[in-house]
Amino acid sequence: MLEAYAQNLVYGILVGALYGLTAVGLSLVFGVTKFLNVSHGEFLMFGGYASFWLFNLWKVDPFLSLPAAIVFLLAIGALFYKLLFGRMVKLAEGVKIQNTLLIGFGLSLILQNLALRFWTADTRSITTFYSGAVFAFAGVRFPLVRVASMVIALVVIVALQLFLRRTYTGKALRATVENWEAATLMGIDIQRVYLLSFVMGAALAGVAGALVSVGYTIDPAMGMGWTLKSLVVMVLGGLGSITGTFIGGLVLGITESVTGLALGFTYREVVGLVLFILVLIFRPQGLFGTKEG
Amino acid sequence: MNRIQIVVVLLLIAILLAVPMAIKSESTINLAVYVLLFVSLASSWNILGGLSGQTNLGHAAFFGAGTLVTRTLWLSGWNIFPSLLAGGLVAVALALLVGIPAFRLRGVYFAIGTLALSQILYITVGNTLPMISSLPAQDLAVYQLAPRYYLFLGVALLTIGAGYVLVNSRLGLGIMAVREEEDAAESLGVSALKHKLLALSISAFFGGLAGGGFAFYHVGYYPQLTFGPEWTFDSMMMAYIGGVGTIVGPIIGAVFFVILRELLALNLAEFHVIVFGTLFILVVLFLPDGMIGVLEKVRKAFARR
Repeated sequence: MLEAYAQNLVYGILVGALYGLTAVGLSLVFGVTKFLNVSHGEFLMFGGYASFWLFNLWKVDPFLSLPAAIVFLLAIGALFYKLLFGRMVKLAEGVKIQNTLLIGFGLSLILQNLALRFWTADTRSITTFYSGAVFAFAGVRFPLVRVASMVIALVVIVALQLFLRRTYTGKALRATVENWEAATLMGIDIQRVYLLSFVMGAALAGVAGALVSVGYTIDPAMGMGWTLKSLVVMVLGGLGSITGTFIGGLVLGITESVTGLALGFTYREVVGLVLFILVLIFRPQGLFGTKEG
Repeated sequence: MNRIQIVVVLLLIAILLAVPMAIKSESTINLAVYVLLFVSLASSWNILGGLSGQTNLGHAAFFGAGTLVTRTLWLSGWNIFPSLLAGGLVAVALALLVGIPAFRLRGVYFAIGTLALSQILYITVGNTLPMISSLPAQDLAVYQLAPRYYLFLGVALLTIGAGYVLVNSRLGLGIMAVREEEDAAESLGVSALKHKLLALSISAFFGGLAGGGFAFYHVGYYPQLTFGPEWTFDSMMMAYIGGVGTIVGPIIGAVFFVILRELLALNLAEFHVIVFGTLFILVVLFLPDGMIGVLEKVRKAFARR
């Protein structure tokens, strides 16, 4: 019994790292631009399919094709920013949030149905020669692919943190999060910063999607579920904190899989809603947030 | 309303009442049923999303809860009217579950909460009730379309009427004041929390009633169906295309949507979402007042001459 819990704890951490990675992308965009992009999960789905088709058509290893998934999502992010989201930069904050929510929701259903039209409703997954590889430690199984995915997620998060803290552009992004008006007065080009953070958010979703297609499964309708988990994780971790958001992802992953084992997996999705409501009531600044969100 | 408007409204209601007697084609009445269903959905979404300006991304949760509760009670032998009422009240309870904690904070929490509520119910209902819900044979034998039509007509008129009374009441003014400028409203003694929760409850109740109507109307469907995100999308898309925040807008949007869908034969869900989703995004970006706004501009342009 104890072993079953340890096993689920490990599975929870492994999937939680991907929740965290996805949510960090969403949170980065929201922090900088105040766009809550509800079609973030569909960007993740595109990353998954990019990786899947590269493997299926040309046998490109999914870990080697990660840069391709990133470039693809940078392009998709730039496209939708130019077409839709960039038009809302100048709106007042309340209207901006509301319009991005509405447009993101519409876009998410459009993209989901386009994917359904072109790629069918089949559930897909990438199966490589090493997909079944597992190593065991103290009776707990560690699937190789998922562990590798978690390592990549961690590397991406650390790289993102370094970029935001050490580079001039990264500092410009952080300055915009703090106070966009002051940032403009200091000569920061807000339009460029917005575009950059939006495409970076899309790229993070793309990486997560590619990793999901190896360790788990993808299908056209997966996006909204991933968006939802990212939103819950974002609130859980505290709006604006990257490390907090990533840890929030681990917390959601662990809670889901451990309560799933205890209460039955039929109701595992309810965990996210309960966590969300509890955080709102008792700790609205999030588990790791410092000030009112 | 002036006298002419009252006469027009009464005439319209009289025509709608006569529809099942005058028209014998079942497919036409089914179409009318869908128009009324979507009028109820769009109008009820609009009470919260339009009048109070709070973005609800989970209207399907209220619609679905209404369907599930009403269907269960009605098939277990309850009369349809208390079953409908119960469905509406359960929808309100779910709405408050998310609304009370989320409205205490400002920002995106409410939108996230409603999306979470509807998606989680969608998945959980799919997990727990995987079997199709069909009417029993003895009910099918006596199934008639006309009572279903009248029920939907009643729900639609109640929803529109509630919106109209609300807009012209003190509470409705408070709700709209909170939408326009929350701090100013609060400083005049209008409780933002109370007014948002009121708009939410009314919106969820009528969303639940529309769901109850669906439960009474539909012969066989999977219980998960009515919790799907398309119902939320359709509701807000029709409200926006017609003219969000007005009483007539969502009605026009719903009629336009159902008729255009029939004309284009967009019965496959994927096509209808792609076409109307694009239209919806264009309206939000370029015509935020919808068809009502366009008509108003045209009217003013002529009036100026």
